[in-house]
Amino acid sequence: MDIAWSVFTPWHSLAGGLLIGLAATILLLANGQIAGISGILGNLLQRSGLQGWRVAFVAGLVLAPLLLLPLLPAIGPFRPSVPVAEHMDILRLLAGGFLVGLGTRMANGCTSGHGVCGLARFSQRSLAAVLTFMLAGFATVYIWRETWGLPL
Amino acid sequence: MKSTLAALIAGLLFGAGLLLSGMVNPAKVIGFLDIAGAWDPSLALVMVSAILVSWMGVQLALRRATAPAEDPPQRAIDRPLLLGSALFGIGWGITGFCPGPAVAALGMGFWPAPVVVIGLLVGLWAGNRLSV
Repeated sequence: MDIAWSVFTPWHSLAGGLLIGLAATILLLANGQIAGISGILGNLLQRSGLQGWRVAFVAGLVLAPLLLLPLLPAIGPFRPSVPVAEHMDILRLLAGGFLVGLGTRMANGCTSGHGVCGLARFSQRSLAAVLTFMLAGFATVYIWRETWGLPL
Repeated sequence: MKSTLAALIAGLLFGAGLLLSGMVNPAKVIGFLDIAGAWDPSLALVMVSAILVSWMGVQLALRRATAPAEDPPQRAIDRPLLLGSALFGIGWGITGFCPGPAVAALGMGFWPAPVVVIGLLVGLWAGNRLSV
Protein backbone atom coordinates (compact mmCIF):
# COMPACT_ATOMS: atom_id res chain seq x y z
CA MET A 1 0.00 0.00 0.00
CA ASP A 2 1.39 3.38 -1.07
CA ILE A 3 -0.15 6.48 0.41
CA ALA A 4 -0.71 9.17 -2.23
CA TRP A 5 0.62 12.06 -0.14
CA SER A 6 0.25 14.56 -2.99
CA VAL A 7 -3.56 14.21 -3.00
CA PHE A 8 -4.13 13.38 0.69
CA THR A 9 -5.98 16.33 2.30
CA PRO A 10 -6.16 15.58 6.05
CA TRP A 11 -7.25 19.04 7.24
CA HIS A 12 -10.02 19.43 4.66
CA SER A 13 -11.17 15.90 5.57
CA LEU A 14 -11.23 16.48 9.33
CA ALA A 15 -13.01 19.84 8.95
CA GLY A 16 -15.54 18.42 6.50
CA GLY A 17 -16.23 15.44 8.74
CA LEU A 18 -16.78 17.81 11.67
CA LEU A 19 -19.48 19.67 9.70
CA ILE A 20 -21.11 16.36 8.71
CA GLY A 21 -21.12 15.21 12.35
CA LEU A 22 -22.58 18.56 13.40
CA ALA A 23 -25.36 18.19 10.82
CA ALA A 24 -26.18 14.70 12.10
CA THR A 25 -26.22 16.03 15.67
CA ILE A 26 -28.61 18.89 14.82
CA LEU A 27 -30.98 16.53 13.04
CA LEU A 28 -30.90 14.12 15.98
CA LEU A 29 -31.35 16.73 18.74
CA ALA A 30 -33.80 19.07 17.01
CA ASN A 31 -35.85 16.53 15.07
CA GLY A 32 -35.02 13.15 16.59
CA GLN A 33 -34.07 11.94 13.10
CA ILE A 34 -31.14 10.01 11.66
CA ALA A 35 -29.12 11.79 8.95
CA GLY A 36 -29.17 8.89 6.51
CA ILE A 37 -29.29 10.16 2.96
CA SER A 38 -30.53 6.96 1.30
CA GLY A 39 -33.32 6.69 3.90
CA ILE A 40 -34.33 10.33 3.47
CA LEU A 41 -34.40 10.03 -0.35
CA GLY A 42 -36.08 6.62 -0.32
CA ASN A 43 -38.82 7.88 1.98
CA LEU A 44 -39.35 10.96 -0.21
CA LEU A 45 -40.24 8.58 -3.05
CA GLN A 46 -43.13 7.22 -1.00
CA ARG A 47 -46.27 9.23 -0.40
CA SER A 48 -46.21 8.42 3.32
CA GLY A 49 -42.62 9.65 3.63
CA LEU A 50 -43.13 12.95 1.82
CA GLN A 51 -42.51 15.26 4.78
CA GLY A 52 -41.31 18.83 4.97
CA TRP A 53 -38.17 18.18 6.98
CA ARG A 54 -36.93 15.68 4.38
CA VAL A 55 -37.51 18.13 1.54
CA ALA A 56 -35.74 20.88 3.54
CA PHE A 57 -32.74 18.65 4.29
CA VAL A 58 -32.28 17.68 0.63
CA ALA A 59 -32.70 21.32 -0.43
CA GLY A 60 -29.92 22.30 1.99
CA LEU A 61 -27.70 19.51 0.66
CA VAL A 62 -27.99 20.80 -2.92
CA LEU A 63 -27.87 24.49 -1.97
CA ALA A 64 -24.65 24.22 0.07
CA PRO A 65 -22.24 23.70 -2.88
CA LEU A 66 -24.21 26.17 -4.98
CA LEU A 67 -23.66 28.88 -2.34
CA LEU A 68 -20.16 27.90 -1.16
CA LEU A 69 -18.32 26.80 -4.28
CA PRO A 70 -17.86 30.36 -5.62
CA LEU A 71 -16.32 31.37 -2.26
CA LEU A 72 -13.76 28.54 -2.11
CA PRO A 73 -10.26 28.81 -3.60
CA ALA A 74 -9.71 27.63 -7.17
CA ILE A 75 -7.53 24.71 -6.07
CA GLY A 76 -8.67 22.11 -3.55
CA PRO A 77 -10.04 18.60 -3.13
CA PHE A 78 -13.55 19.97 -3.80
CA ARG A 79 -12.85 20.73 -7.48
CA PRO A 80 -13.69 17.78 -9.72
CA SER A 81 -11.27 18.07 -12.64
CA VAL A 82 -12.64 17.94 -16.18
CA PRO A 83 -10.72 14.82 -17.32
CA VAL A 84 -12.58 12.94 -14.59
CA ALA A 85 -15.90 13.75 -16.21
CA GLU A 86 -14.72 12.70 -19.66
CA HIS A 87 -14.15 9.14 -18.50
CA MET A 88 -17.60 8.76 -17.04
CA ASP A 89 -19.86 7.28 -19.65
CA ILE A 90 -23.56 7.64 -19.10
CA LEU A 91 -24.46 3.94 -18.96
CA ARG A 92 -21.91 3.24 -16.22
CA LEU A 93 -23.16 6.19 -14.19
CA LEU A 94 -26.78 5.07 -14.51
CA ALA A 95 -26.01 1.43 -13.67
CA GLY A 96 -23.76 2.40 -10.76
CA GLY A 97 -26.33 4.84 -9.40
CA PHE A 98 -28.99 2.14 -9.65
CA LEU A 99 -26.87 -0.35 -7.67
CA VAL A 100 -26.19 2.32 -5.03
CA GLY A 101 -29.91 3.08 -4.70
CA LEU A 102 -31.11 -0.52 -4.65
CA GLY A 103 -28.33 -1.71 -2.35
CA THR A 104 -28.66 1.06 0.24
CA ARG A 105 -32.43 0.61 0.36
CA MET A 106 -32.10 -3.15 0.88
CA ALA A 107 -29.50 -2.56 3.58
CA ASN A 108 -31.47 0.34 5.13
CA GLY A 109 -28.53 2.72 4.97
CA CYS A 110 -25.43 4.02 3.26
CA THR A 111 -22.21 5.83 4.16
CA SER A 112 -24.13 8.37 6.24
CA GLY A 113 -26.84 6.29 7.95
CA HIS A 114 -24.70 3.21 8.66
CA GLY A 115 -21.24 4.74 8.28
CA VAL A 116 -21.58 7.91 10.36
CA CYS A 117 -24.77 7.66 12.45
CA GLY A 118 -24.78 3.88 12.91
CA LEU A 119 -21.13 3.56 13.93
CA ALA A 120 -21.57 6.51 16.32
CA ARG A 121 -24.29 4.43 18.03
CA PHE A 122 -22.06 1.30 18.01
CA SER A 123 -24.67 -0.56 15.96
CA GLN A 124 -23.50 -4.06 15.01
CA ARG A 125 -25.68 -4.06 11.90
CA SER A 126 -24.06 -0.83 10.79
CA LEU A 127 -20.57 -2.20 11.38
CA ALA A 128 -21.42 -5.26 9.26
CA ALA A 129 -22.84 -2.99 6.53
CA VAL A 130 -19.80 -0.68 6.52
CA LEU A 131 -17.30 -3.56 6.35
CA THR A 132 -19.30 -5.13 3.50
CA PHE A 133 -19.65 -2.03 1.33
CA MET A 134 -16.04 -0.98 1.93
CA LEU A 135 -14.75 -4.44 0.94
CA ALA A 136 -17.06 -4.51 -2.12
CA GLY A 137 -15.85 -1.02 -3.09
CA PHE A 138 -12.16 -1.96 -2.69
CA ALA A 139 -12.68 -5.17 -4.69
CA THR A 140 -14.63 -3.41 -7.46
CA VAL A 141 -12.01 -0.71 -7.96
CA TYR A 142 -9.21 -3.28 -7.84
CA ILE A 143 -10.82 -5.56 -10.43
CA TRP A 144 -11.80 -2.58 -12.60
CA ARG A 145 -8.28 -1.19 -12.54
CA GLU A 146 -6.69 -4.54 -13.34
CA THR A 147 -9.10 -5.01 -16.26
CA TRP A 148 -9.69 -1.57 -17.79
CA GLY A 149 -7.65 0.88 -15.75
CA LEU A 150 -8.93 3.12 -12.94
CA PRO A 151 -12.69 3.84 -13.16
CA LEU A 152 -11.88 7.57 -13.21
CA MET B 1 -41.71 24.95 11.11
CA LYS B 2 -38.89 24.72 13.64
CA SER B 3 -38.12 21.16 12.57
CA THR B 4 -38.10 22.19 8.89
CA LEU B 5 -35.65 25.01 9.61
CA ALA B 6 -33.40 22.67 11.64
CA ALA B 7 -33.44 20.16 8.77
CA LEU B 8 -32.53 22.87 6.26
CA ILE B 9 -29.59 23.98 8.42
CA ALA B 10 -28.51 20.35 8.88
CA GLY B 11 -28.69 19.81 5.11
CA LEU B 12 -26.62 22.94 4.45
CA LEU B 13 -23.96 21.86 6.98
CA PHE B 14 -23.94 18.31 5.62
CA GLY B 15 -23.48 19.58 2.06
CA ALA B 16 -20.79 22.03 3.16
CA GLY B 17 -18.93 19.17 4.88
CA LEU B 18 -19.11 16.96 1.80
CA LEU B 19 -17.91 19.84 -0.37
CA LEU B 20 -15.05 20.96 1.88
CA SER B 21 -13.75 17.42 2.40
CA GLY B 22 -13.75 16.75 -1.35
CA MET B 23 -16.20 13.86 -1.03
CA VAL B 24 -18.37 15.42 -3.77
CA ASN B 25 -15.42 14.78 -6.07
CA PRO B 26 -15.78 11.15 -7.27
CA ALA B 27 -12.07 10.95 -8.17
CA LYS B 28 -11.26 11.54 -4.50
CA VAL B 29 -13.54 8.67 -3.44
CA ILE B 30 -12.09 6.31 -6.07
CA GLY B 31 -8.64 7.32 -4.77
CA PHE B 32 -9.72 6.01 -1.34
CA LEU B 33 -11.19 2.79 -2.76
CA ASP B 34 -8.02 2.15 -4.80
CA ILE B 35 -6.35 0.59 -1.79
CA ALA B 36 -3.82 -1.43 -3.81
CA GLY B 37 -2.77 1.60 -5.87
CA ALA B 38 -1.82 5.14 -4.86
CA TRP B 39 -4.10 5.25 -1.82
CA ASP B 40 -5.73 8.52 -0.68
CA PRO B 41 -6.84 7.98 2.97
CA SER B 42 -8.85 11.26 3.07
CA LEU B 43 -12.27 9.56 3.21
CA ALA B 44 -11.25 7.61 6.32
CA LEU B 45 -10.44 10.85 8.14
CA VAL B 46 -13.79 12.35 7.12
CA MET B 47 -15.47 9.32 8.67
CA VAL B 48 -13.38 9.53 11.85
CA SER B 49 -14.22 13.15 12.64
CA ALA B 50 -17.86 12.79 11.52
CA ILE B 51 -18.31 9.73 13.77
CA LEU B 52 -16.62 11.43 16.73
CA VAL B 53 -18.90 14.48 16.55
CA SER B 54 -21.99 12.30 15.94
CA TRP B 55 -21.02 10.17 18.92
CA MET B 56 -21.07 13.30 21.09
CA GLY B 57 -24.48 14.13 19.62
CA VAL B 58 -25.76 10.66 20.47
CA GLN B 59 -24.49 11.04 24.07
CA LEU B 60 -26.29 14.40 24.35
CA ALA B 61 -29.49 12.89 22.97
CA LEU B 62 -29.29 9.99 25.43
CA ARG B 63 -28.83 12.41 28.31
CA ARG B 64 -31.86 14.37 27.16
CA ALA B 65 -33.68 11.09 26.59
CA THR B 66 -34.80 12.24 23.15
CA ALA B 67 -34.66 8.88 21.47
CA PRO B 68 -34.75 9.16 17.69
CA ALA B 69 -38.33 9.19 16.45
CA GLU B 70 -37.13 7.05 13.58
CA ASP B 71 -35.06 4.71 15.73
CA PRO B 72 -33.76 2.04 13.38
CA PRO B 73 -35.13 -1.41 14.27
CA GLN B 74 -32.59 -3.53 16.10
CA ARG B 75 -32.59 -6.54 13.86
CA ALA B 76 -30.07 -9.27 13.30
CA ILE B 77 -27.36 -9.05 10.66
CA ASP B 78 -29.39 -10.60 7.86
CA ARG B 79 -29.06 -11.36 4.18
CA PRO B 80 -30.65 -8.13 2.80
CA LEU B 81 -28.21 -6.08 4.91
CA LEU B 82 -25.14 -7.88 3.53
CA LEU B 83 -26.37 -8.36 -0.05
CA GLY B 84 -27.60 -4.76 -0.25
CA SER B 85 -24.34 -3.41 1.16
CA ALA B 86 -22.35 -5.48 -1.35
CA LEU B 87 -24.43 -4.12 -4.27
CA PHE B 88 -23.98 -0.61 -2.90
CA GLY B 89 -20.20 -1.12 -2.67
CA ILE B 90 -20.04 -2.24 -6.32
CA GLY B 91 -22.02 0.81 -7.49
CA TRP B 92 -19.88 3.05 -5.29
CA GLY B 93 -16.72 1.57 -6.81
CA ILE B 94 -17.75 2.09 -10.43
CA THR B 95 -19.06 5.65 -10.01
CA GLY B 96 -17.24 7.13 -7.00
CA PHE B 97 -20.59 8.37 -5.70
CA CYS B 98 -22.58 7.37 -2.64
CA PRO B 99 -26.05 8.93 -2.07
CA GLY B 100 -25.08 12.11 -0.15
CA PRO B 101 -22.31 13.31 -2.46
CA ALA B 102 -24.36 12.45 -5.56
CA VAL B 103 -27.19 14.73 -4.38
CA ALA B 104 -24.83 17.47 -3.15
CA ALA B 105 -22.95 17.39 -6.47
CA LEU B 106 -26.22 18.44 -8.16
CA GLY B 107 -25.41 21.91 -6.82
CA MET B 108 -21.98 21.93 -8.48
CA GLY B 109 -22.83 21.99 -12.17
CA PHE B 110 -20.87 18.75 -12.64
CA TRP B 111 -22.67 16.81 -15.37
CA PRO B 112 -22.22 13.22 -14.08
CA ALA B 113 -24.14 14.11 -10.90
CA PRO B 114 -27.68 14.31 -12.37
CA VAL B 115 -27.06 11.09 -14.34
CA VAL B 116 -26.01 9.19 -11.19
CA VAL B 117 -28.95 10.67 -9.27
CA ILE B 118 -31.43 9.39 -11.89
CA GLY B 119 -29.98 5.87 -11.50
CA LEU B 120 -29.96 6.31 -7.72
CA LEU B 121 -33.64 7.32 -7.56
CA VAL B 122 -34.69 4.40 -9.78
CA GLY B 123 -32.66 2.06 -7.55
CA LEU B 124 -34.19 3.47 -4.35
CA TRP B 125 -37.64 3.15 -5.88
CA ALA B 126 -36.92 -0.48 -6.80
CA GLY B 127 -35.65 -1.07 -3.26
CA ASN B 128 -38.85 0.43 -1.84
CA ARG B 129 -40.89 -2.01 -3.95
CA LEU B 130 -38.80 -4.95 -2.74
CA SER B 131 -39.34 -4.17 0.92
CA VAL B 132 -43.16 -3.86 0.70
